[in-house]
Amino acid sequence: MKHLLTTKDLTRDEAELILDLTGQMADAVSGREVPKLPTLRGRTVVNLFYEDSTRTRTSFETAAKRLSADVVNFSAKTSSVNKGESLKDTALTLQAMGPEAVVIRHPASGAPQRLTQWVDGAVLNAGDGTHAHPTQALLDAYTMRQRLGGVEGRTVAIVGDILHSRVARSNVWLLTKLGARVRLVGPPTLLPTDIDAWPVEVSYDLDASLRDADAVMMLRVQRERMNDAFFPTANEYARLYGLDERRLGLMPGHAVVMHPGPMNRGMEIAARVADSPRATITEQVANGVWVRMAVLYLLLTNGATR
Amino acid sequence: MTESTLIKGADIVGRGRADVLVREGRIAEIGTPSAAGAAVVDADGLVLLPGLVDLHTHLREPGREDAETVYTGTRAAAKGGYTAVCAMANSYPVADTAGVVEQVAALGRAAGYADVQPIGAVSVGLGGERLAEIGAMADSAAKVRMFSDDGHCVADARLMRRALEYVKTFDGRIAQHAEEPRLTEGAQMNEGAVSAELGLPGWPAVAEEAIIARDVLLAEHVGARIHFCHVSTARSVEIIREAKDRGVAVTAEVCPHHLLLTDARAHTYDPVYKVNPPLRGDGDVAALRAALAEGVVDAVATDHAPHAPQDKDCEWSAARPGMLGLETALSITVAALGGPESVDWDLVAERTSRTPARIAALAAHGRDPEPGLEANFTLVDPSRSWTVVPSELASLSQNTPYAGMELPVTIQATFLRGRATVLDGKLAETAEENQ
Repeated sequence: MKHLLTTKDLTRDEAELILDLTGQMADAVSGREVPKLPTLRGRTVVNLFYEDSTRTRTSFETAAKRLSADVVNFSAKTSSVNKGESLKDTALTLQAMGPEAVVIRHPASGAPQRLTQWVDGAVLNAGDGTHAHPTQALLDAYTMRQRLGGVEGRTVAIVGDILHSRVARSNVWLLTKLGARVRLVGPPTLLPTDIDAWPVEVSYDLDASLRDADAVMMLRVQRERMNDAFFPTANEYARLYGLDERRLGLMPGHAVVMHPGPMNRGMEIAARVADSPRATITEQVANGVWVRMAVLYLLLTNGATR
Repeated sequence: MTESTLIKGADIVGRGRADVLVREGRIAEIGTPSAAGAAVVDADGLVLLPGLVDLHTHLREPGREDAETVYTGTRAAAKGGYTAVCAMANSYPVADTAGVVEQVAALGRAAGYADVQPIGAVSVGLGGERLAEIGAMADSAAKVRMFSDDGHCVADARLMRRALEYVKTFDGRIAQHAEEPRLTEGAQMNEGAVSAELGLPGWPAVAEEAIIARDVLLAEHVGARIHFCHVSTARSVEIIREAKDRGVAVTAEVCPHHLLLTDARAHTYDPVYKVNPPLRGDGDVAALRAALAEGVVDAVATDHAPHAPQDKDCEWSAARPGMLGLETALSITVAALGGPESVDWDLVAERTSRTPARIAALAAHGRDPEPGLEANFTLVDPSRSWTVVPSELASLSQNTPYAGMELPVTIQATFLRGRATVLDGKLAETAEENQ
C-alpha cells in the first residue's frame, strides 16, 4: 500500500490489518506516561488542508506526533495557495521539502489522486470533495467493532445527504467489504442516480429502515443545500429524516447512533439523541487518532518495524 | 502556381484506382493523363478523399494564443486531412461582429493551411440575451452562414426562436450547443454510475435531450434549419431520427471522442478526459456509431478544443473542458465505421467531407474530384497505423485523450487548391509563400 486514496481500493485483508493495528496503537499508547511511540522519528508528514477542518487536521497532527513524526501544517488560508498557486505548483514546492507523507484535504474530488503524480511521498486522503474520506470510514468501522463486536453481518443505515457525502461513499465500500449490510436512506434528491451497481439497499423511509439496524450513521446536512431545492425546508427535512427520540426507540436496544461531525443539532439529529449513551460520537473522534496512527504507520514503514 | 502535380495510382474514394492531374490549383484530368514535367506523388495503396471539412473547431485566436492560433490550428487541420474548418465564435473578443469574423477569416487565408470559415455568435458576447448582428456577419467578407453560441446553449426559448427565424433571410442555420443550463450547474462529467462513485457532479443526458427536443419543435414551428453540435447520447439520436422522419430540416454532428471513449476514463481524474458534453456510456457510443453509419447523425465534427497546460494540469473540477481532435478525427471515424479493412470510403467521405461542406455552405469543399474543380483533397494510407504522441502533434496544445493509443490510418498528403499542405505525412512549410 503506497497511498490511501479511497476505501474502494483496499482489499479486505488490508482493511482488517488497519483495524487490527488501530487496536494495537490504542493499547500501546494508552496508559503510557508519555503517550508517544518512536516509530516515525525523523520522518516528515505534511498536512495540506484546502478546507477548514480543525477536527480532521488536529486528528492527523496528533496521530503523527504520537508516532514522533515531524509535522508541517500547510494551510491554504495562510500560504501562497491563497495567492492562486495551483495544486501542482504547491505539490512541487512540497516535494522539494521531501516529506514522507502528505495528508491532503481538498474541495475537489480526485485532488489526492492527482497529487500522487506530483509528489514522491505517500498521499493520505483526508477528504476530497464529495468523493472519499477513507480514514473516517475506517474509524467508523473500528468504532463498530468496539461497540457491536464486529462489522460482519451487521446492518448499517446511512442516512441523509448521500449524494454529496464522501463519508457515505467511503463507508459503503469499506463496510460492505467487511461483510456488513448497508442501507442508504434519504430523499431521492439526495441519493445519486445510477447507484444500482452499489452493493447497498436504498430506502426513502427512515422509520422502516431503523427496525433492524445495528448502527445508524447520520450525515451532516450542509446549509447550502437548503436553498437549492433538494428539500423544501429544514423543518420538513428534520421531520422526515432527522433522528429523534421516537425514532431512536424504533431501533434495537443494542443499536448505536453514529455521526461524523460536525452535527446540526435539531436538524439531522436531535440534541438528546446526540447526547445519549447510544451515541458514539466522541468515541469516533478518539478512535480517529488511533486509526490515523495505524495508517501513517503502515504507509510510512510498510509494516516493517514496530 | 503554374506547376502541376500528378497523383499516381490513388484509389479514388474507394471506387478504383486512377491518376489525377492537378494544374493551377484545379483538377485537370482523371484517368491516365500524360503529364510531362509534373511533380509526381506516388499514391499507390493510398485512398483519395475529398478534403475533410470540420464543422466545429476552436482555433482560440483571437484571445487565447497561448493555447492555439489560426496558424497552428490550421496546420493541425491539414495534418488531419482537412482543407476547411469552421471556427467557433467563443474567442476573446467573441466573434459577434463583422470585424472579428473578417479578422479570423483573414488569419486563415494568411496561414494558408486550410480555409477558415468563421461561425458567428448567435447572441452578443455569447450572453444569451440579445441577438448579435447576424446580418452584418452574413454580409461581411467572411460570408457567415452558421451561427452558434457554442460553449453555451441558447437556452432562452424565445431568443432561439427569433434566431431560427432571422437566419432564414440568407438561408443560414443555427448550430445549437444543446445543454439545459439549470440541469448542468457545476456539472463535471456524465451523470451515471461513474459520477456517483467518483463524487463528481453529473451532467445528465436529459439536459442535452430536452433542448434537442425543444429546438426540433421550434425549428419545425418556424420552418427553419437547425444543426446540433456534438450530439452525445442515444436518446438524442432517437429524437433527431424522429424529427428527420417527420421532415424537419435538422442536421447533427458527432465528435470522434464520443465515438470511442466512455466516462470510465474519469476514474483517472485526469482532466484530459474532461469535455463538454461529457464522455458518456457504452450504450451511447454504440448508438452514435450506428447513427453515424446510418446517417441520422450527418457528420463528424472534431470540437477541437486546445487548452494551455495550466488549464489541464490541475484538479478535474478546476480544468477547462475540451480535447484536441483535428489530427485524430479521421482515424477514429474509420475505426468507428468498421476499421480500415472493411470501411466504406464513400461513407467516410460523406460524413467527414461532403455533408459537412454542405451544412457549412462551403461550395469549393466536399466535392469528389472532377476536372475543373478546386483540387482540395487528402491522401490516406489505410494500411499504416500510428501511435499518438502529444508532443508530435502540430497543435500548439497537447491535450489529446489518445496519448499512447495506436490508431488506424494515416494522412499521407493534403492538397488545398492544388498545393500540398502536407506531403509524405509532413507539413509543408511553404504555405505563406504560396499566397
